[in-house]
Amino acid sequence: MAIEVRVPTILREYTGGEKSVNAEGDTLHAVISNLEVNYPGIGGRLLDDSGLRRFVNVYLNDEDVRFLDGLNTSVGDQDAITILPAVAGG
Amino acid sequence: MLEISSDLVDQIVRHARTDHPDEACGVIAGPVGTGRPERFIPMINAARSPTFYEFDSADLFKLYREMDDLDEEPVVIYHSHTATEAFPSRTDISLASEPGAHYVLVSTRQTGQDDGPYEFRSFRIVNGEVAEETVKLI
Repeated sequence: MAIEVRVPTILREYTGGEKSVNAEGDTLHAVISNLEVNYPGIGGRLLDDSGLRRFVNVYLNDEDVRFLDGLNTSVGDQDAITILPAVAGG
Repeated sequence: MLEISSDLVDQIVRHARTDHPDEACGVIAGPVGTGRPERFIPMINAARSPTFYEFDSADLFKLYREMDDLDEEPVVIYHSHTATEAFPSRTDISLASEPGAHYVLVSTRQTGQDDGPYEFRSFRIVNGEVAEETVKLI
């Protein structure tokens, strides 16, 4: 029951350099909590007090979770999650 | 130092001019590990703003998947400033998330959409620290 999570370069300091790690959970929130257990510190880079950070994009397969159910999006073990920091600025 | 062809510089400047007064943005991808900017990929500024840029989230996903499939990485990430100098803003610095990339800033503040002088500068932005680097045309 492992879900593949693709980790962007900037967060690989938490995953020992791994581009892709496995996590468990039946919602995105549960998957992120599980990531935080195995890769302490990564959760804070994804979430703030109001939920998913504004400039972090998370995709379930190829769909931005903001257009699904956000952190409550259901996740199954055939799914892949991709994390990409926004490319943005002023 | 950023080594880049004058043809790619022209393409970036042309994109910045076309989108002026909104900010233009995009990537030049290159083979992983080479540091060579080769493939020009103009992006849509989803913010359509003179003071902010952001890649559309679906376009961002497609871009990274495509680069992954082609064994490429974002060698250059560029955007324009349309009323201020070609130097990273505080927002640019806080949101920079590709420590391996050259962040190129173009300013069109002098002549807007018309030909004329422009500023083209390159920076590394790592952990909130900005370092300007030389741009060498090849």
